[in-house]
Order: sequence, then structure tokens, then C-alpha cells
Amino acid sequence: MLLAQIQFEQRKGDTCESENGFCPSWIGDNFERYVDPFWQHVFLTVTAVVLGFVIAFALALLAHRKRWLIPPISVTSQVLYGIPSVALFLLLLPATGRGNTTALIALVSYTLVFVFVNVSTGLDGVPEDSIDAARGMGLTENQLLWRVEVPLALPEIFAGLRIATTTTVGLAALAFFAGAGGLGEPIYRDIGFKSNVAVAGGLCVLLAAVLDLAILHAQRMLTPWRRATP
Amino acid sequence: MAEGHPLSATLQLASFVGEFADALDFLFHERESVSGQTEIGGSELFHLTGNHLALSAASVGLAALIAVPLGLVLGHYGKGEFAAINASNVGRAIPTLVLLAVFVAYLGIGFVPIMLSLALLALPPILTNTYVGTRQVERDSVDAARGMGMTDAQLISRVELPLALPIIFAGVRVAGINVVATATIAPLGSVDSLGTPIIAANVYGRDGRLGAAIAVTVLTLALSAGLAALQRAVTPRGLKLAPTRSRRHRLLTPLRRRAEATP
Amino acid sequence: MSPPNTDSEEGSVSGGNVAATLEFREATKRYPGQDEPAVDHLSLEVPAGEICVFVGPSGCGKTTAMRMVNRMIDITEGDILLDGTSVRERRPAELRRQIGYAIQQIGLFPHLTIADNIATVPKLLGWPKDRIDSRVDELLELVSLDPHETRSRYPAQLSGGQRQRVGVARALAVDPPLMLMDEPFGAIDPINRERLQNEFLRLQQEIRKTVVFVTHDIDEAIKMGDKIAVLQKGGTLAQFASPAELLAYPKGKFVEDFVGADRALKRLALQRVRDVDLWKAPLAREGEPVQGLRAKISDADIDIPLLVDDAGRPQGWLSKRAMSGERVTKDLRSPAHPVVELDDILRDALSDLLESEAQYGPVVDEHGRVQGVLSLEVLAHALQIPPDQVPSGADAAPAH
Repeated sequence: MLLAQIQFEQRKGDTCESENGFCPSWIGDNFERYVDPFWQHVFLTVTAVVLGFVIAFALALLAHRKRWLIPPISVTSQVLYGIPSVALFLLLLPATGRGNTTALIALVSYTLVFVFVNVSTGLDGVPEDSIDAARGMGLTENQLLWRVEVPLALPEIFAGLRIATTTTVGLAALAFFAGAGGLGEPIYRDIGFKSNVAVAGGLCVLLAAVLDLAILHAQRMLTPWRRATP
Repeated sequence: MAEGHPLSATLQLASFVGEFADALDFLFHERESVSGQTEIGGSELFHLTGNHLALSAASVGLAALIAVPLGLVLGHYGKGEFAAINASNVGRAIPTLVLLAVFVAYLGIGFVPIMLSLALLALPPILTNTYVGTRQVERDSVDAARGMGMTDAQLISRVELPLALPIIFAGVRVAGINVVATATIAPLGSVDSLGTPIIAANVYGRDGRLGAAIAVTVLTLALSAGLAALQRAVTPRGLKLAPTRSRRHRLLTPLRRRAEATP
Repeated sequence: MSPPNTDSEEGSVSGGNVAATLEFREATKRYPGQDEPAVDHLSLEVPAGEICVFVGPSGCGKTTAMRMVNRMIDITEGDILLDGTSVRERRPAELRRQIGYAIQQIGLFPHLTIADNIATVPKLLGWPKDRIDSRVDELLELVSLDPHETRSRYPAQLSGGQRQRVGVARALAVDPPLMLMDEPFGAIDPINRERLQNEFLRLQQEIRKTVVFVTHDIDEAIKMGDKIAVLQKGGTLAQFASPAELLAYPKGKFVEDFVGADRALKRLALQRVRDVDLWKAPLAREGEPVQGLRAKISDADIDIPLLVDDAGRPQGWLSKRAMSGERVTKDLRSPAHPVVELDDILRDALSDLLESEAQYGPVVDEHGRVQGVLSLEVLAHALQIPPDQVPSGADAAPAH
């Protein structure tokens, strides 16, 4: 039996740093070492969310027409989501090797469940009378989908997108297990150093918050009728 | 070897299968560690799994002990809706690694800080679900219960808690799966779990790493299925008989609740 | 005021608890930030064992007034006395356990069986298990549900009408001296609503509870109430009267409009065929001497003889030829149609007559024996009975 050995990096410098404290001066001096991991984190998150959204949205539209597809797709995406991210990164390594590919495959598979479920429930929740009225006015099935059903499902779709995005920011912090870097790497390397954890962790939370607000803003722009009050 | 050569693909497949075979061998047979001092693998996995589950159970238990009563009281009085609902959103925005790292950096390593960080991870979905579960109890049932002379405590324990139980349990399930998944990185705080072979790769080697990944996956999926069965078991019979919406909705509903909570 | 058919039965449902009197004394409810009170100085008295209906348009404060009784809503000013004691002096939970409470959406607990739902208040009061069990069976029978079949079922397995019955049984569980019922039949389809209303009136004849019944439906109010309190916007009492009085002398334009232009016809809904003076018909049996029948005809209100069988059931109206010989022959001029029952309300009887294009029809009792004849003239006369002689509410319920 063996206890996991944690490596605490030895830093030279004043007492604050050697005692692993929270040191504003150290943060000021070393901030640039977080810039690359940060942008890598942004890249992983945005790419995974965009790819995952496109795939899950397409699947949901397909399942909207062919209902029998819903159980297999939702069960598969649920099982994928149920695999711990660290394990999934490692399980993919023998097949796809270290790097962005492995990380993105795993991250994309985690976004599927949120987007698929929310698009499906959103499309299902469109009021029957709106659909009936649209058909009655002579819209084709495609026109009905894009002009009535999808717009009315937008709030649900956006809700799913927001959940997928904040979740992906968190999971990308573990992408270094797949050799894809990100803000998790500096945290992992020096987990006992308060300054390090504060900066890298803070950037993660900030990224999640900014992306979430951006999507919320986009939603407001795209669904003006939701703000209409009598 | 040339790209796309059939032999190359075969070799790749062979090495791929070989790696998994070695990993499985690690899970079932003891071997000497990379540095050659101790026995690893095989029966050691029982110890690691036990520790993994004990840590997870303590964390979820602590979280439930706080979140369920709090959620019930908030839901009963209809107070703090914004906080209770958004707990999950805020929780989701904080990466699990960051949460754990903050506890290790600021409280130190060891069982207690790690357990507290995992409990904090488990808290939001349980709180949100308890609140939502309590609020969604039919207002007519609540009105009737009050009209018949139930006190607040009786109303909570006899009507609201049993009716909210399935949703509370859905929250516990989400929390449990998250915590078990995250306990994989508990060794970062010097607490042994199935993640130990992953984090201490210098001791366990490639086979240990992949083997532990397989073990964690199997554990989580089995736990997820087990908790789902348990969730059905705690659903009051009278609720199961209630006319359900379409088959589609039944398939989608648990996913949706899940989506409300922190992954 | 003990009900005639239950007082001697063991463990009768009206058991130890007698009905309570209820008095509103200037009871007022004001919500902060609202100019008008929801209920404005409401004063009325409900005698023990009577059904008092609160009726009015939405927003008139009728539900608020009812909910002040068991302190689901607290009184701002004035008082409500239950058996002479102010409800304000009682602890809400303890007060509510002694007042039956049935609401429109029923509010059955979906996670509990029907038996456990009904046992809610007995359990709160700590009754022993066997007492609860026998009480549940008794109540289920009382509301016409089969105990063996229903006990262990869940609310989701019952129809709307059955659930409503369970709701009433649950409200009656500890034999409360007062029942509060807020549109209890409001969510039921018209056919089942009528059936439940009749069942409740029949039940009320047995149990004789004091009941506060809230509805927005004037027809239901007229049917159910011993007394009707018409409330108008602003929570003021527009009129408090018996149904017949309300229909005969509506006070002011609001009540007149609310009661409706067809109030004369509505009055017919208050009376049953047994309440009016029926015509006497000459009854004839096949083979009886014509001589005797002629004597009966001169003694009757109608000169066409009605043929009955050995059990006294109507067969049809006889033609002249039937009396041409020595003995009466079965020679009918028209069938005995429509046949009206003593328990029918006059409105329905009138409708039957009009539908059959008949001037009169035989009236039978519960065994089908002829008791007299109802004619359009009798109905017209019934409308002139002074309101204080017209029965109301539970009194008008059909007897067993």
C-alpha cells in the first residue's frame, strides 16, 4: 500500500512564496505564465461546445422526425456523460494519443446530453395550437420547423447551451490528463500554492461566468418576444 | 511504416488491445510497483475502492444532512428561491478541480479538507432538488393538510417530504455520481482512492493508470444504475400510479433534472 | 335535531359530536395595501345542522369569509364564534382538526392510500389503530364506496367523482360539528355533479352537520342551501335568506340580476312532487264493476280513469269503451306516460310533462304504486305557495 505522493514545487523568494501563501506581488510577476493555458482553455471549451452543439442539435432534429431514435440517443449520451472525465481522457489515450483530439472527443461527448435533451424538450414544448395554425396557413414541414418550432424552442435550447458551456469549462480543467493543457495543468502541478490556485482557479470561474453571460446576452437578442410585456 | 498500410492498422489495433489487456491484468493480479518496492494492483484495488466509496459516502452524507433540511424548510416557507435555484448554477460554474485545489491550498491535505470540498460539490444539486421537490407538491394537498390542522412540522414530515422524495433522491443521485467521479482526483490531497494509480503514475505505471480508469468507469456506471433503481424504490407507490405523460417525457424527465444540477 | 333514521343505530355517524352553531360578528378581512376590504363587516348566524351557502361572483370574498372560520385566513376585525366561542382564542391547528375541510381540488395526498388519506386527522389526534380502521370503513360506506375495494387504492386509481367522495369522507373523519366546503363539486362534470349533490344532501339528512358551502353557481346554492348568503364585490352581504325567499323577494338589483330572470322556474327546483297537493285520480282494475268506477270518477279531480295492475302500478288511461260493459276491460286510450315519482323535483316533472305533450301524468311512490296525478294546473298552483312554506336544501332531499 502506498500513499499518493504530492509534489510541492519548491520556490525561492520571500516568505510568502516559500510558505505557499497568497502573494499579490508574485501573481503580478508571474501572470504571463497563465496566459497560454488560459487561451488553450478557451480553445478547448469553445471548440467542444460548438462541435457538441452542432452534433446534438442535428441529432435532436433527426429524432424530432424519427421518434424511435430518442431512446437510443438519450441513453447513449447519458452513459457517456456518466463516465468520469478523468477516466474517459485516459481510456481514449491508447486510441487517439495525447493532445487536443483526445480532449475534444471527451469534452464533445459530455456536451451532447445537455443540448440534445433541451432541444428535444424545447421542440416538444411548442404549443400545439401554434403548430396547428402554422400548418393551417400552409407552411411546409421544413418551414414549420425553422420558422415556428425552433424559434419557440430557443429559450430551452439556450438553457441547454449554457449548462453545456459552464460544464465544459469545468471539465476542460482536467484536459491535461489527455495532454491538452488548459488551466488545470498549473493547478495540478502546484496544488498547495495559494497564489497559483487562486489565479488559475479564478480564471476558470471568470471564463465560465463570461461565457455564460455572453450566451445569455445572445439569447436576449434572439428572443425579443420574451421581454415583451402587455 | 507507410500511412494507411493494412499492417500498420493491424499493429496499431494490436497495441491498443494489448494496452487494455495489460490494464485488466493490473486489476486482477498483484505485481511489483514501478520502483520495485511494493505490491500493487489486484487485491489492492479492494482497499482503494473501499476508500473511494467511504470518502464519497461521507461527503454526500454530510451534504444531504445540511441540504435536505435546509431545502425542506426553504421550500416549505417559499423563502430563498433565488438562492436555492441558483445554487446549482453557481456550483456548476466552479470546476471540480478548482474546488478541490482551493481546499487543499487553503485548508491543507488530508481526509477532512477533501471530504469538505466534495461535500460542497454535492450540496447544490441536493439543495436545489429538495427545494424544487418541496415547492412542486400540489398546493391543494398543502392547503388540505393545513385545513385539516397539520402543524408546519407535520406538514413537512408527512406530506412534503414523502412527496418530494423522488426529486430529492434524483439530486442525491446526481451529487453521488459527481462526487464518485471527482473522488478520482482525491489523491491530489493525499487521500487514497481509485484515482491513486492515475495520480501516482510514477509508482503504478501505464497499466495502473489505464486499469484505474477502467475501474473508476465501471464503478461510476454501476453506481449510477444502482442509484437509479434505488430512486424508483423510494418513489411512493401512489405517485408511480399517477398518470404519466408520454413515454417520451418519462425518458426525458430524469435527464432534465440532472441537467439542473452540477455535473 | 337528531336524524330519524340513525339515532338508534350503534356507532352511528353522528355519534357523540353534535352540530355546532356558527356566528359571524362584523367579521372583516383587510389585506395590507388594498383599499377595499376582502370581507366587509359580515354578520350572520348559521343554526346548528343547517347548510349555509356563500354565493356570489368571483372576488366577492366568499372563499375568504369561509377560510376565516378555520383561521386559514386571519380575521382583521370583528369575530367568528363557533358554538359561542371565538375562533380567535383557539390554536389554529387544533381548531382546524375539529372542522371538516373539503375543497374543489380535493387535495388528496397522492402518496397515501385512500384509507390513510381518510385517516389523516384521526392519526393527528392519536386515535388507536382499530378505531381508525373501523371508522375508515364506516366513512367509505357512508359515501357509497366499497371499503374492501377502495381502502388500499391510491388517489390516482380513482375517478374524479370517487376522489370527491373520498374528499368528503376525509373531511368527515372525526365527525366534526362543522364542515367547510369550498366548491367541492366544482371540478366535476354536470352529470356527476348532480349525483354528488344529491348524495351529499341525502348524507346530510343522516349526519345533520352545520355546513358552510361556497359556490359561484346560484343553481347549486338554491339546491344545497338551507340559507343562502349572497355576497357582492367588496365583501358585503347583499342578502341572507332561505332559497325560496331569495327567489321570491330578491333584495335590490344586484341580487335580482344574480338570481336570474328565470327565478320563478328556479323555485320549481326547490319543491318535490310530494310537497304539492296532487290530483286524485279514479283508479280502475281490470274486471272490476263499472258501476263502482263511475262512483270513483265523480269523487276524483279528473274524469278519466287510470288502469292499475294488482300491485297498484299504472297501466294506462282507459277509453270510454272500457266502461261500456258490466266490467272494466283493458281498453286504453293512451299509455300512462309520463310517470312522475314523488321524489322528483317539480322542475323535472314539468319538463317531463312538456316533453310528452301531456297535461297530466300519474305520480308513483318508490314501489311504483300510484299516489295521485300531477297536472300543469297543480304546478301553476305550486308557484303561488308563499316562500316560508317552501322547503329548502337538505329538507328537499329525496327520502330513502
